[in-house]
Amino acid sequence: MTETATLDSKVPEGPMAEKWDNHKFKIKLVNPANKRKFRILVVGTGLAGSSAAATLAELGYDVEAFTFHDTPRRAHSIAAQGGINAAKNYQNDGDSVHRLFYDTVKGGDYRSREANVHRLAQVSVDIIDQMAAQGVPFAREYGGLLDNRSFGGAQVSRTFYARGQTGQQLLLGAYQQMMRQVGLGKVKLHTRMDMQELVMKDGEAVGIVCRNLVTGEISSHSGHAVVLATGGYGNVFYLSTNAMSCNVTAAWRAHRKGAFFANPSYTQIHPTCIPAADEFQSKLTLMSESLRNDGRIWVPRDPDEKRIAADIPEAERYYFLEEKYPAFGNLVPRDVASRNAKTVVDQGLGVGPLKNGVYLDFAESISRDGLDKVWERYSNLFEMYERITGEDPRETPMRIYPATHYTMGGLWVDYNLMTTIPGLYAAGEANFSDHGANRLGASALMQGLADGYFVLPYTIGDSLAPKLGTAPVSLDDEVFIEAETEVRDRISKFLSIKGTKSPDYFHRELGKLVWNYIGMERDQNGLEKAISEIRALQEEFWTDLRVLGGTDTINSSLEKAGRVADFFELGELMARDALNRAESCGGHFRSESQTPEGEALRNDEDFAHVSAWQWIDENTPQVEHREQLDFVEVPLTQRSYK
Amino acid sequence: MSANTLSLTLQIWRQEGPNTTGAFETHNVSGIPDDASFLEMLDVLNENLIEAGKIPIEFPHDCREGICGTCGVMINGRAHGQEKGTAVCQLHMRKFNDGDTIAIEPWRATAFPVIKDLVVDRSALDHIVASGGFVSAPTGTAADANDTPIPKEVADSAMDAAACIGCGACVAACPNSAGQLFTSAKLWHLNSLPQGQPERFRRTEAMVDTMESFFGSCTNHGECSEACPKEISLDFIAYMNRDYVKSKVFNRKLASQK
Ligand SMILES: Cc1cc2nc3c(=O)[nH]c(=O)nc-3n(C[C@H](O)[C@H](O)[C@H](O)COP(=O)(O)OP(=O)(O)OC[C@H]3O[C@@H](n4cnc5c(N)ncnc54)[C@H](O)[C@@H]3O)c2cc1C
Ligand code: FES
Repeated sequence: MTETATLDSKVPEGPMAEKWDNHKFKIKLVNPANKRKFRILVVGTGLAGSSAAATLAELGYDVEAFTFHDTPRRAHSIAAQGGINAAKNYQNDGDSVHRLFYDTVKGGDYRSREANVHRLAQVSVDIIDQMAAQGVPFAREYGGLLDNRSFGGAQVSRTFYARGQTGQQLLLGAYQQMMRQVGLGKVKLHTRMDMQELVMKDGEAVGIVCRNLVTGEISSHSGHAVVLATGGYGNVFYLSTNAMSCNVTAAWRAHRKGAFFANPSYTQIHPTCIPAADEFQSKLTLMSESLRNDGRIWVPRDPDEKRIAADIPEAERYYFLEEKYPAFGNLVPRDVASRNAKTVVDQGLGVGPLKNGVYLDFAESISRDGLDKVWERYSNLFEMYERITGEDPRETPMRIYPATHYTMGGLWVDYNLMTTIPGLYAAGEANFSDHGANRLGASALMQGLADGYFVLPYTIGDSLAPKLGTAPVSLDDEVFIEAETEVRDRISKFLSIKGTKSPDYFHRELGKLVWNYIGMERDQNGLEKAISEIRALQEEFWTDLRVLGGTDTINSSLEKAGRVADFFELGELMARDALNRAESCGGHFRSESQTPEGEALRNDEDFAHVSAWQWIDENTPQVEHREQLDFVEVPLTQRSYK
Repeated sequence: MSANTLSLTLQIWRQEGPNTTGAFETHNVSGIPDDASFLEMLDVLNENLIEAGKIPIEFPHDCREGICGTCGVMINGRAHGQEKGTAVCQLHMRKFNDGDTIAIEPWRATAFPVIKDLVVDRSALDHIVASGGFVSAPTGTAADANDTPIPKEVADSAMDAAACIGCGACVAACPNSAGQLFTSAKLWHLNSLPQGQPERFRRTEAMVDTMESFFGSCTNHGECSEACPKEISLDFIAYMNRDYVKSKVFNRKLASQK
């Protein structure tokens, strides 16, 4: 069922390049002396959450920050390797705000909101200044200026990096900035606190309910606004490059309370991950795609090839990306690279003991640039690879295969980053973001920090200003009592099933369904199957789950059960969203909709919109709402990387 | 890659909570592929336990990529196990032999109380950072990043220190449970960069004093750096000590000018 109710994106009027400045001028401001009268709850302290909490506190707001991690420094953002984009044009290679904007809209396969993307490109330059000022040790050239690399499909060098640990260094920068505010008493930090419910009163977000993961205590927290910066939901696939604890619960609880969930089926499969080694594999490790700058991707032409890589002559190697896409070669966007790897593996050309990978070969760049140079660029990745596989990429090519990596879908937000629930904001990977149907490399860090540092701290004032003089809702209010009861009931339910199978079992089985049917390639038949099979498994979950241990202590199984329960509902919505979208775009590839060359074929006539889903109740499927997307600055073209 | 499997005897520390006494428990696992990671081996054990109706073992982990610093246990008495420069999530079973007995314990340090089984509380490290481990540069105030060139060698050396993942292995490995390696790495990261100069001596004094309120004293054993999964250098401790002495003089001079 599709509703026509219009979603107000609140995109400001005026020329694209002036929208953000005009908007900042027009939105309501909170006077500096009044800011301390507003309490803002920031859930999540990754890049988006830490930068938002720090900045809001600097501005004078009363901030409380929540994370289920033992310290904010461990958020999943820490794992980002490759880099962060910014339209600095330091390399004088023709980059500009407009080019970054253009590349991002095009890279997202025309499924993002132009005005948001333009703002992202605009503030990208400030992020680098801000992070350098925080002491982030970005890579430098000998002259002392910042170094850049070109990354994942970009034809300019606009990616800033800190060795292979860019996410770590950026997160530490934002974390330290926030810890300064913690030390000053301006941010109240709650660690090991898991948000379990969003609390609403009169249609507005007024607080949250958390479970203390150490003591099991259930507590309520009240504020004038709630910001969810709780990351992405890639772990619905079970195997992904995400940290083990990444989950959708915070966003999903908000969804069930009325926040529309946008484009859930837009997930990104990253081409360069280490293939699974055995059935006990618990997660997949990403090998930064910066490796594609120097590594060549190939498979043997003969499916029965038995020789080691080095013994296979050039003529018998199939450099499938270079052959099919001479202009971009190994640097085609992620979705294109991933799908092509899947194709050759499906043809039986895969390498490795399980024949589930393709080679990423550094032999040529080592002989061209010298081992030292290549080692300097990638030593930590090479070492990581060797630690995991026992093989040295200097001697034998890496084996790689696509894995789930990022989720473009998320809570629908307007230009102010506010969800469809007044007072509830979403930032970073948790919102449906600026990446459309496909995210370009090095753009997630940029978006998380843009949201947290430069967008949300301004836009949030618009909904706060009218609330001046009101106190946060009392914790004795029945809305908090009810929400706490809901949380307790849910927890008791998990413990009372007393079935035979662990939460991990169900997660693994769910992951297989999601990967097989809603993975790199989707079709109607598979998606319909996904819906019915996910439901069947979900029923088994609610009747045969086994969670042992108590509620008043750390209990990872219990935490996991709650997360898996939400993944089931999300998985089904992903399938429905993918089914509804009978076109291919970016990371969403419907095999029914492809060009003669096997590329994603968009249908702009019918699908140039955001699908935002509204929760009804347990027994009624979500209702779809549409936000029409207009492409004024970046004319619609079929993406071609030939 | 190989397809060998291992059978192992595990002696694992179990402890219900911070105020209860713990003890070793013995468990056997078999059929562990040697391509599995150490934590995947523990996953298998936990699945077996759940199947047998026993409460699974709590152990810290998250990224499983050696970068978040969440994981960390003593393996046969060594922080993160015997492999140099490797966090336990990156330790693979091919480094063990079939039939091995492996002892697994939580970090042992007064500043890191055990919360449950192998999980400890490391929030003391956050207190050190909150006391001065930052540059005070509020959002929106920064000048263009290239206005401050930084010699590559300086940036690289800051990065060497900034690579610390905050796992606490240094503290766990130290006979005195000292926090010097962690603190000095953060100090060198910030104190060596131009952006860190204005607060250099304030930062140093504050962080060292906070460190001393939680952790033991350093007597130059060097076990910390040996155990560090990121191989953070002991040199940073020397730099910290030098800056600390300077900071005492410098900060007193400032105080007397007030
Ligand atoms: C291996 C890897 C490499 C990557 N490399 C790059 C790269 O090179 N460049 C790039 O641009 N992007 C990269 N990305 C993507 C990027 O890292 C992420 O999209 C981004 O860091 C997400 O940041 P975030 O702040 O939105 O969320 P996160 O960093 O995931 O933070 C989420 C926060 O929310 C908290 N949280 C979640 N749920 C709850 C709850 N219920 N209660 C309390 N707290 C909660 C968590 O504790 C955490 O603090 C990479 C991703 C991966 C997996
Ligand atoms: S789990 Fe993140 S460092 Fe080991």
